[in-house]
Amino acid sequence: MYVAVKGGEAAIANAHKMLADRRRGDRSLPAITVEQLVEQLGLAVDRVMAEASLYAPALAALAVKQARGDMIEAIFLLRAYRTTLPRFGASRPLETGEMVAERRVSATYKDLPGGQVLGPTFDYTHRLLDPELAADAPVDPAPAREHEGEPLTRVSDILAHEDLIERAFTGDPDQMPEEPSGDLTREPMEFPMPRDLRLQALARGDEGFLLALGYSTQRGYGRTHPFAGEIRIGEVEVEMDVPELGFAVALGRIRVTECQMVNQFAGSAKLAPQFTRGYGLVFGQSERKAMAMALVDRSLRAGELGEDRVAPAQDEEFVISHADNVQATGFVEHLKLPHYVDFQAELDLVRRLRAEFEAARAGKDDATAREAAE
Amino acid sequence: MTASQREHATAAGSEDDPGRGLKALMDILAASPGAEIAAAADALGELPEAAPVRGPETGLVMLRGRIGGDGAPFNLGEAAVTRATVRLAGGAVGHAYALGQDREKARLSAVLAALWSEGTRREAILRDVLEPLAEARAAETSRTRREAAATRVDFFTMVRGDD
Repeated sequence: MYVAVKGGEAAIANAHKMLADRRRGDRSLPAITVEQLVEQLGLAVDRVMAEASLYAPALAALAVKQARGDMIEAIFLLRAYRTTLPRFGASRPLETGEMVAERRVSATYKDLPGGQVLGPTFDYTHRLLDPELAADAPVDPAPAREHEGEPLTRVSDILAHEDLIERAFTGDPDQMPEEPSGDLTREPMEFPMPRDLRLQALARGDEGFLLALGYSTQRGYGRTHPFAGEIRIGEVEVEMDVPELGFAVALGRIRVTECQMVNQFAGSAKLAPQFTRGYGLVFGQSERKAMAMALVDRSLRAGELGEDRVAPAQDEEFVISHADNVQATGFVEHLKLPHYVDFQAELDLVRRLRAEFEAARAGKDDATAREAAE
Repeated sequence: MTASQREHATAAGSEDDPGRGLKALMDILAASPGAEIAAAADALGELPEAAPVRGPETGLVMLRGRIGGDGAPFNLGEAAVTRATVRLAGGAVGHAYALGQDREKARLSAVLAALWSEGTRREAILRDVLEPLAEARAAETSRTRREAAATRVDFFTMVRGDD
């Protein structure tokens, strides 16, 4: 028998009003603005953009405000919004080598061209809470000094001259594909998955999940012997070919974080020993995510490089299927929705099983008693 | 704007490659905030009537990266982009594409692009719009570079244990 249940409407409407009330909080305090979030909680906005896979700072900030700071809820909101928009096209590949970098560090070369540029980093801070920040003390502008105009040479280019590191594209450069092999937002996932699709999935993957997996490789679960060859954060220009114009125009700049992880590789029968690379590229300023992504990207290349696949971080289907936090939260959180009928069926089943169990035990007790009597 | 950029932009006006100056203008408009464009356009005086052909409308552009930074392309994620196309009474058409959701910026940028294509007010657009906005963007980039340069580590070596 199917029983339709109604009656939640008033409760739901009031619950949403209560949510709006709690979101606003104490009315004697000014409401936070989207502009304030973009300017002062920029890294939260960046994370929402990265994992929603939509670069739109003002919209991401609005999502953070609407979600009361719940990051995954904000990511969900922004993903839902993107489904309402038409797609105009695709950009030319971002040229991260031409980045206007705020930060560029290498853990492999101290004196690389362009130097170690620390930028706006939390590194070397003492991680002591700053009571002065609680008050609204004035803040000095960032110091500046003459820029020497030295280009920031990629670490991979330095090593490439001696063939000590693999090239990003190992085939004939003229054969390099001009288009990605697919788009996860358009086609269902299939395994095994080419590296370009894996990188799309990792770029939008949950930072915490990738961080844990990257950490697991360092602790020995699929060790890859990584060095942070280079990390850079800054703005890159977006260019798109516009058919109605017949040439490419710049659409503006976006901020990204790039990590080139350099990993040991002992070589195989076919390949001479050389360093291999893991790659991370993330919207906004997110060094942790870019590094974790690069570690996991390299781990997932185990099959391609002839390494034994023994650890979770090397299992493509496991990693890619569970990296998306909107999917994950949907499936975990759906458990709180009404399962009254399912549960009723299970309840009946458990009652019946218990009755059978009791009956069987009673029978066995009788048999034991008879044996004892004999 | 440097001398070479200026030359580049004015060459646009020349008959051999009319697209180049238009590209320079569109690039700078896309990179500039809507309020700055509006202020710069005010200096041009009355703008002609422009009929909307398409938009302004907001949509998505899939942004691509390269595997390893210099390898084959992959889909990094999308960006919100707003575009507009307008036509002036004389028939000149202008397009605008820019990151973000600023519809008024897209409309005004398309009008300026159409005016540029019409060809009669290029000197004024160059002087009042393109150059000041290009200078403002160059100043921002230079500021970022100089701030980053101030955080560059100057290593020095301490000599020890030689005696």
